[in-house]
Amino acid sequence: MAVLERQHSDKKALAEHAARARLAVLETVAFSKAGHIGGPLSAMDMLVSLYFDRMRINPQDPQNIDRDRFILSKGHSGIALYAVLALRGYFPVEELKTFDQGDSRIQAHPDMRLTPGIDASTGSLGQGLSAGLGMAVGAKRLGKDFHTWVMVGDGEMGEGMNWEAILSAPRFGVDNLTLIIDVNGLQQYGWPQGEKDRFDRSEPLGHVNLPQVFTGFGWHVIDIDGHNLDEIRAALEEAEDRRATTGVPSVILSRTTKGNGVSWTAGTYKWHNGVPTDEQLQLARQELIGAEAVGGVK
Amino acid sequence: MKAQRQVWGETLAELAETDSRVLVLDGDLATSTRADIVAEKVPDSFIQVGIAEQNLIGMAFGLSTLGYRPWVSTFGVFLTHRALDQIRMLVSQTKAPVKLAAAYSGLLNGSSGKTHQDIEDLAIMRAMPNMTVIAPADAREAELVIRWAAEYDGPVYVRFARDAVEPVFGDDYEFTIGKPVVLREGSGPVVVSTGVQTSRTAQAIASLVTQGHDLRHVHLPTLKPLDTEAFFAAIGDHTEVITVEEHSEIGGLGGLVAELVAGLGVGTRVTRIGLADGWSESAPNDFLLDRYGLSPERVAERLTDAISGPKQ
Repeated sequence: MAVLERQHSDKKALAEHAARARLAVLETVAFSKAGHIGGPLSAMDMLVSLYFDRMRINPQDPQNIDRDRFILSKGHSGIALYAVLALRGYFPVEELKTFDQGDSRIQAHPDMRLTPGIDASTGSLGQGLSAGLGMAVGAKRLGKDFHTWVMVGDGEMGEGMNWEAILSAPRFGVDNLTLIIDVNGLQQYGWPQGEKDRFDRSEPLGHVNLPQVFTGFGWHVIDIDGHNLDEIRAALEEAEDRRATTGVPSVILSRTTKGNGVSWTAGTYKWHNGVPTDEQLQLARQELIGAEAVGGVK
Repeated sequence: MKAQRQVWGETLAELAETDSRVLVLDGDLATSTRADIVAEKVPDSFIQVGIAEQNLIGMAFGLSTLGYRPWVSTFGVFLTHRALDQIRMLVSQTKAPVKLAAAYSGLLNGSSGKTHQDIEDLAIMRAMPNMTVIAPADAREAELVIRWAAEYDGPVYVRFARDAVEPVFGDDYEFTIGKPVVLREGSGPVVVSTGVQTSRTAQAIASLVTQGHDLRHVHLPTLKPLDTEAFFAAIGDHTEVITVEEHSEIGGLGGLVAELVAGLGVGTRVTRIGLADGWSESAPNDFLLDRYGLSPERVAERLTDAISGPKQ
């Protein structure tokens, strides 16, 4: 059986992977004429840090029982995960062209039975953390050392099932479980902008003191800038270092910007989903990789 | 006479002793569902999730990805209604081997009333792709269904009754997934029933037989996947089919049989006996069975009406 290992990427390599993956998202959505953009782009720096640096995985052996798990609870950002999985070698980058096209392994929302590297099916919001909790409890029972990472959106925190899992997780002593909240400050439409809001609509969790809430629920809180690769690396390491020693689950509050990395998508709810024009794509290419067409889908 | 829930707790405790894949996840109803038997006899196989049915399904799914075959313990109503979306995406769409043990199903739930009476579960669950849906008739069949489900590598929904019923089957009975069971050969109309209502229906038919009605009685434990060839063989060439169930008359066994028989074309009539479209109330079992037409006596009346009454 092939070995599981971290890829170990330096900051420069991670930044390059993130730029290519962001471009792949935009190009795939443009090619398929369907898909989400804002959420995939806000999550990207965290995703590449997980897959290209932190997680002990093997793209040639995606079902290995000892692999680290990742669950994208905000399944509508699936295209971000697909781009990362393709670049990491789980399936050909060329296959991104089949997204949403029928007869494809790459569905609008992640399907664990179809796509290599998907650890849980998601799409209906709020369900990933409970699934990850079950995996983390199972790992403890089986004496396995893998880590389970679950990413949710800040808008997704409106789903009550998240809070069922947040309440119960500390009881199970799952220090092998980390929740990552992609606090990108926007949801699909949400509420009108208030004075304290960072962006053009109200922040889904702007009125919530997240560190206090999670501390109160018995979680270990790590609060970071989710676009700072150094802070992400340190946060993932801190969460992992607590495994098998603390009995307390961790949450990473990853403060991000919806649509991050591209000028015309950053910080606006209007690019929750949508299809870029050729001109917008060209501008994104220049901003992301500073060159002519490069990336997965042309 | 043993209640199906008692059988469930005892059988799972026995299975858990030798099969480490067997887990019971409880939504804090263990003393009602009898998951407490597992908790006491095989504590390592019991996980208390708390009053959080959506999390219950999510955790069961997560555990199933590691080779476990988790059974969830809660009232049926909280599975098919409160946690339906979770069952749909995490269990049904992934074909996860999560076993949905629907306790206190149907009308009779210890006088808990309409909030807890799951009278739509069969309609909901049999519409769900990948789902196996079984409603055992008595304690014996419940035990066999549990053993079958424990070995099956996929999602199963089993409808369990709170209270014991008159046994339908002897110790020599063997359950076969998908197959109807002819309980009584007969020349007259065919009565098809499911779940514990089969027990009360058998009593009704026994009384009608003494009045000269030579009814045929078919029990359908598996609503899905159904061996349709075996179903039509059990119906034979009868043109009068009457369904009886402790479930809404919409979409359950009656709906299933009507869908199948409609395929035969004009000439066969299906009459559905079950719960009329409405909510019930909290009351003792005898009161409810009488008021809502599912006691052996009321079923006998309704069967008589169906046989001799005006064509609907």
